[in-house]
Amino acid sequence: MGGFVLRRVLVTIPVVFCALSLLFLLFFLVPGDPVDTLAGGGGQRAVSQSVRNNIEEKYGLNKPVANQFVGYWGRTLTGDLGTSYKTNTSVNDTVKRTLVASARLAFWAICIEVLIGISAGVLSAVKRYSFMDGLTTISTAAISALPVFVLGYLLQLVFGVYGGQHDWPQWARLPVQGIGPDTWTLGVIPTGDQWRYLILPAFTLASVSTALVARLTRGTMLEVVRADYMRTARAKGLLERHVVLRHGLRNAMIPVITYIGIDFATLMGSAIVTETVFNWPGMGSRLAEAISAQDVPVVLGITLVIVVLYVTANLLVDLSYGWFDPRIRTSVREGR
Amino acid sequence: MSDPERAQHGAGFQGTPGGSVSGGVDLLDPGVEAGPLGLSETLTIAPGGNTMRRDAWRRFRKNKLAMVGLVVIILLVIAAVFAPLIARYDPYQLSSDLRKPPSGEHWFGTDTVGRDLFARMVYGARVSLTVGIFAALIATVIGVIFGALAGFYGGFLDAVIMRITDILLAFPYIVLAIAIITVIGPGQATVILVLGLLGWLAIARVLRSSFLQIKQMEYVEAARAVGASNRRIMFKHMLPNAIQPVIVYSTLFVGSAVLSEAALSFLGIGINEPTPAWGLMVNQGRKFLTTAPHLLIIPGSAIFVMVLAFLFVGDGLRDALDPKLK
Repeated sequence: MGGFVLRRVLVTIPVVFCALSLLFLLFFLVPGDPVDTLAGGGGQRAVSQSVRNNIEEKYGLNKPVANQFVGYWGRTLTGDLGTSYKTNTSVNDTVKRTLVASARLAFWAICIEVLIGISAGVLSAVKRYSFMDGLTTISTAAISALPVFVLGYLLQLVFGVYGGQHDWPQWARLPVQGIGPDTWTLGVIPTGDQWRYLILPAFTLASVSTALVARLTRGTMLEVVRADYMRTARAKGLLERHVVLRHGLRNAMIPVITYIGIDFATLMGSAIVTETVFNWPGMGSRLAEAISAQDVPVVLGITLVIVVLYVTANLLVDLSYGWFDPRIRTSVREGR
Repeated sequence: MSDPERAQHGAGFQGTPGGSVSGGVDLLDPGVEAGPLGLSETLTIAPGGNTMRRDAWRRFRKNKLAMVGLVVIILLVIAAVFAPLIARYDPYQLSSDLRKPPSGEHWFGTDTVGRDLFARMVYGARVSLTVGIFAALIATVIGVIFGALAGFYGGFLDAVIMRITDILLAFPYIVLAIAIITVIGPGQATVILVLGLLGWLAIARVLRSSFLQIKQMEYVEAARAVGASNRRIMFKHMLPNAIQPVIVYSTLFVGSAVLSEAALSFLGIGINEPTPAWGLMVNQGRKFLTTAPHLLIIPGSAIFVMVLAFLFVGDGLRDALDPKLK
């Protein structure tokens, strides 16, 4: 097992290196001179030569690409993500601040995904062809086809606009913009009025993944339900609840749990849109902002964090496969 | 990282069953069940060669959802092709009737600068379908070529292609798409190109794993024995037996690309104003959620219906092409 872990980690490092180098080089091709952005003219005003020289000197833009590339990696490896072209603040601070907001939102999204996704999947598998099953099938398909931002605005329309126009009780009218008072207990539990700001973005962010988890759980449960050990468990006279939850669900969960790890990509993609829709001050909305402002250091910094998180999640998933299934370990050793 | 499920996932389909095209089986048990259905059919030899296709069509026809999806797609294609005949207004013509609700005059009302929304919706179908279909075509062609080469030749070529996919899969799909579009600038052609160039990864991986198995089959050996060239073996003998999952995936990918285009346009880095793109129209309508919700609901529903139609057809194709998977 130790060798497997080591090998798997070693394979990951060059992938991350190449991915980030690719990104760095990509941004070297950005049309438009970063000096114009930095001088604040947006390219319309001419930048005087002395200003240009100062800026190039400060950000090291006058050095050849190769030197900047080496410099970039040197700084990155020492944990310095650089300085924003736009706001002149440290990207580290931006990342720290936005990562926390994103992580809180993502945490609740994953909770929703696990809770609703798995229960819907189990229910529809156990009571196959029932009303509940039909509802799950239809709603998972529908959610997969509904763009995240449309869902977000529909929720805003219902709970923000429609609720206000039709005198809904105060608790059912939800704020639709921003993070609110930003008060949390133990880091993640919304305190005071915070939940009102959290609930809509969390459900929006969770929507796609919840549908996928429900679908996957239903599929694996359907296979498990037919297994011999389920019949044996019933024959022993166990309660149906115990048969389904202890014998069935436990075995059906392996692919689902690993899937939730892999799911990170969907979550990140949805987060960019969700955070933009709800003005949630996380990494996703900051990234979208930085991209439209062509703020290269911020884009590179946030993307680096996303890639590292994503690759780490994948790594953990792969390792857990190795843990669950010894055959995987062997196949990696043989260089499949 | 060489499982097709992850690859498909990485392709970023918001939530299609893309992952089940070849199932998660390959993950846990490489090389047993991941193969295409063609394996047991061996090489189909004329004149009975069409019965498989006919069987598939018969099964497909029985699937109500898939047929509904197909009809919707056909209607959307008709709308897109005959857009100038269907729309009563010029989709680019501004007027002073801003954000009017739907009426007999303007069926879907007017948008934020007074353009007829119905006309823009009809022309928008053109944009979405073009993006979806061409992106899927690019992804499929590249994916098939790279997947076939990697699976057939193996060795160094395989290693290089698989490392490229590894690196590209280290990014969440949408992040990379955004980064590339920032660099080369938004626009319809860019969106098609980027979605196509990022979408081939999953197809290549699926096809590669099929090819790795098929390569060992006797009919490939037989073809080689009678002196068929490598290219002929790959594309005439092996591909027809490995293409089914690719067809299913490509169909689903059309829907995926439509969604991605909408998201990119929504973020303001997809298709530019004044082109009538549905995602862009949602973006413009969002500021008037209170006063003119139709600006959001109509284009939003259109994206939903189109993507759902491709999803149903893709699902139906999978069931029709491979009844075993059901």
